[in-house]
Amino acid sequence: MMTGVAEDEEKWLAAGIAGLQQNAFYMHRAMDSNNLRDALKYSAQMLSELRTSKLSPHKYYELYMRAFDELRKLEIFFKEEARRGCSIVDLYELVQHAGNILPRLYLLCTVGSVYIKSKEAPAKDILKDLVEMCRGIQHPLRGLFLRSYLSQVSRDKLPDIGSEYEGDADTIMDAMEFVLQNFTEMNKLWVRMQHQGPAREKEKREKERSELRDLVGKNLHVLSQIEGVDLELYKETVLPRVLEQVVNCKDDIAQYYLMDCIIQVFPDEYHLQTLEILLGVFPQLQPSVDIKTVLSQLMERLSNYAAISAEALPEFLQVEAFSKLNNAIGKVIEAQADMPVFGAVTLYSSLLKFSLHVHPDRLDYADQVLGSCVKQLSGRGKIEDSKATKQIVALLSAPIEKYNNVVTALKLSNYPRVMEYLDNETNKVMATVVIQSVMKNNTHITTVDKVEALFELIKGLIKDLERTAYDELDEDDFKEEQNSVARLIQMLHNDDPEEMFKIICTVRKHILTGGPKRLPFTVPPLVFSSLKLVRQLQGQEENPFGDEAATTPKKIFQLLNQIIEALSNVPAPDLALRLYLQCAEAANDCELEPVAYEFFTQAYILYEEEISDSKAQITAIHLIIGTLQRMHVFGVENRDTLTHKTTGYSAKLLKKPDQCKAVYACSHLFWVDDQDNMKDGERALLCLKRALRIANAAQQMSNVTRGSAGSVTLFVEILNKYLYFFEKGNPQITVAAIQSLIELITTEMQSDTTTPDSTADAFFASTLRYIQFQKQKGGAVGEKYGPIKV
Amino acid sequence: MVLVLALGDLHIPHRAPDLPAKFKSMLVPGKIQHIICTGNLCIKEVHDYLKTLCPDLHITRGEYDEDARYPETKTITIGQFKLGLCHGHQVIPWGDLDSLAMLQRQLDVDILVTGHTHQFTAYKHEGGVVINPGSATGAHSSITYDVNPSFVLMDIDGLRVVVYVYELIDGEVKVDKIDFKKTTATTAH
Repeated sequence: MMTGVAEDEEKWLAAGIAGLQQNAFYMHRAMDSNNLRDALKYSAQMLSELRTSKLSPHKYYELYMRAFDELRKLEIFFKEEARRGCSIVDLYELVQHAGNILPRLYLLCTVGSVYIKSKEAPAKDILKDLVEMCRGIQHPLRGLFLRSYLSQVSRDKLPDIGSEYEGDADTIMDAMEFVLQNFTEMNKLWVRMQHQGPAREKEKREKERSELRDLVGKNLHVLSQIEGVDLELYKETVLPRVLEQVVNCKDDIAQYYLMDCIIQVFPDEYHLQTLEILLGVFPQLQPSVDIKTVLSQLMERLSNYAAISAEALPEFLQVEAFSKLNNAIGKVIEAQADMPVFGAVTLYSSLLKFSLHVHPDRLDYADQVLGSCVKQLSGRGKIEDSKATKQIVALLSAPIEKYNNVVTALKLSNYPRVMEYLDNETNKVMATVVIQSVMKNNTHITTVDKVEALFELIKGLIKDLERTAYDELDEDDFKEEQNSVARLIQMLHNDDPEEMFKIICTVRKHILTGGPKRLPFTVPPLVFSSLKLVRQLQGQEENPFGDEAATTPKKIFQLLNQIIEALSNVPAPDLALRLYLQCAEAANDCELEPVAYEFFTQAYILYEEEISDSKAQITAIHLIIGTLQRMHVFGVENRDTLTHKTTGYSAKLLKKPDQCKAVYACSHLFWVDDQDNMKDGERALLCLKRALRIANAAQQMSNVTRGSAGSVTLFVEILNKYLYFFEKGNPQITVAAIQSLIELITTEMQSDTTTPDSTADAFFASTLRYIQFQKQKGGAVGEKYGPIKV
Repeated sequence: MVLVLALGDLHIPHRAPDLPAKFKSMLVPGKIQHIICTGNLCIKEVHDYLKTLCPDLHITRGEYDEDARYPETKTITIGQFKLGLCHGHQVIPWGDLDSLAMLQRQLDVDILVTGHTHQFTAYKHEGGVVINPGSATGAHSSITYDVNPSFVLMDIDGLRVVVYVYELIDGEVKVDKIDFKKTTATTAH
């Protein structure tokens, strides 16, 4: 059916064009022979084609444009007629004899144009006459096009100031009045279209109407071009008259379009000065008008205006643009009860952008906007509309992007309250945006208040929000999030130990709510932050003023103990063990023996009870030995206990080679080169001998299980340790022992049962080369190595 | 001429938020032929970042690395040089040159690169070199106080290697240069 209509329409249009062209042909002929009477006759017949009601606006426009071209030629003909002596006044009378009203009015407008140009009568009178006469056409489509024609032919003939058609004192009023009247009439026709035809074609009609909107809007454009319309006139006459029309027409399409048109067409400076009038209209518009788009557009234009013309800024303050906009938005939302959340949030988002651009120094404005937004959102629960969510993210991102400094956003008390309304997923996205901003701008958060505020913003990442199930989370995303939190913790810093300690306590309070999945990410950075503080305090006199409240390493260690304990309860024994050892070393540096001992004890308990994987045990034991080797704070008793335990663990590792390596490493616990009170050569040697026995046992085991003796690498390693202590002056390490070890290795290597191992061979060769090298060094070392034969 | 970037002990995000911006702007993709990293990155994001600088990436395992697949030690041959890589927490006493020398003999390498102490060092030792590139982020260390961020670039050309150490001191990058020449192509492989 629809295609049928379209086809019919094509036919009607074709017929219309044919009729038009035919009459135009005769009109031309009449004009060529200066036959005025025939020219009028055929032009009227030609224009009769525009009387059709069968065409859609689109097709009608095509027909109209052809007629328009012909009318231009006719106008020239009229001009020539006038020059030839025909009275223009008579001509103006003459065309009114045309039989049909529509052709008559088109002709009248055409002659009118020539009449004004002739200046035989004041422009205002002719224009007034024309605009009144056009009332004769009340069919919307035909009327709109006729008036559009009038507007077109008259726009360069308005009695504007400075124009050649300028009239008496009220000339501007006349020009304005003419355009306003034409605009009003056109708008009425345009609105009336909505109410014609069957209800089922509403959608089609709306589409057609929107095709015609520019005909109406053109008048506003003409108004804006009138030189004489200054701010005063605009404010007193033009705007009120246009707005009156907008409000009274009660048509949502017209209201939306015209408001938008006003904003686009007139200068921003005018908007700023008439803000109250303009904004006052919004709440009066139909509920279905898309106000948020128009109003956002206005705010955007004003922000841009402020951005490019700095001198306008005082005006913004003077007219209180911000509070006017804020009020208007409140009223609009109130008036449009059905406005979706999305609309309200969009409005506030635009207002916030306006406030950030125009008044970057007024954080209170930004906070006010957020507060208003919270008021709108309250009672609605989490927002589920994705468009609204997007707008809230835009709203919340704006201050961060503007200031490049999260600290500023932290001052906005309503900021976290807006975040409350985001769903968990988006809340986390927003938290990540906050963290990224901190990292990107290298923002240091330096006070407890700010840290508290920051954690309020990112709490979606810090703890489980209700309704979040772990299995919904992507493992990698979770890791990335938590690592970003860990990074953030590094940015919370103050050089003042008291404040820093408070920051640490605050962070601890928050991260402990994170649950076992988060602690492995958040505890290490906090531990190292705390250890940095310990380092800073280290060496300072304990309580120099007897001030009980002062931050001391001891206090920090107590806190560390608790944090790491929480981590070990996760359980995360490997990580907790490492952190305990780090703390032990820090306590050692602070000369706090009992504290260091406690940390070691905790590490040992974890080792014994929790770390069962043999590979993890190897690393753990090396870390224990490495740390213990560096401790100088322990008295004999504590040290004995710890070294005894450590050698015990070493000898109990699963694989013999690992046992062997750990045990010879333990030798360093008894002989510490730079500490004179820790040079127990005998016990160091005992470790090496024990390592040798284990290496032997490993060889034998290999013999039994694999039929070959395995590699000699372990022996070469032990040989190197012998050389180490020999060189360091351990009297228990003798040339003879070294010599026999070299022989043992040489024999083993030549043995048939030994598995050939080029790496071990190279290691041994390189070790022998080293001995050679030391022998040739001369001096004390050379002398020492002298007796060793290789 | 081959450029080798050596770095380690970044400890991201445990002890440092990221590499210093000054270092990041110096380290651009396409300039470096190999990266050797002693470990303690500690997370995948850092691994991925290094990979963008140069796809030929060699890493050994530090005690805080989340990726358990990194080996304890690794040897790589670049031109005439054999390089050994190890984090160093396994070598006790930590950072002790004589003990590291034993590892160098064991791995049978010309250049041994280790970390753990967060202290940049480079020693010529028994005809080889022992290098510690320090901590690329200047991460807190229980061993070294006042750590400056540092990394090492090795320019390997024939039998000669020039070791450039970049250190960030009070916001300024300082470069030091150590020349090392291998006398003979002793290590036959």
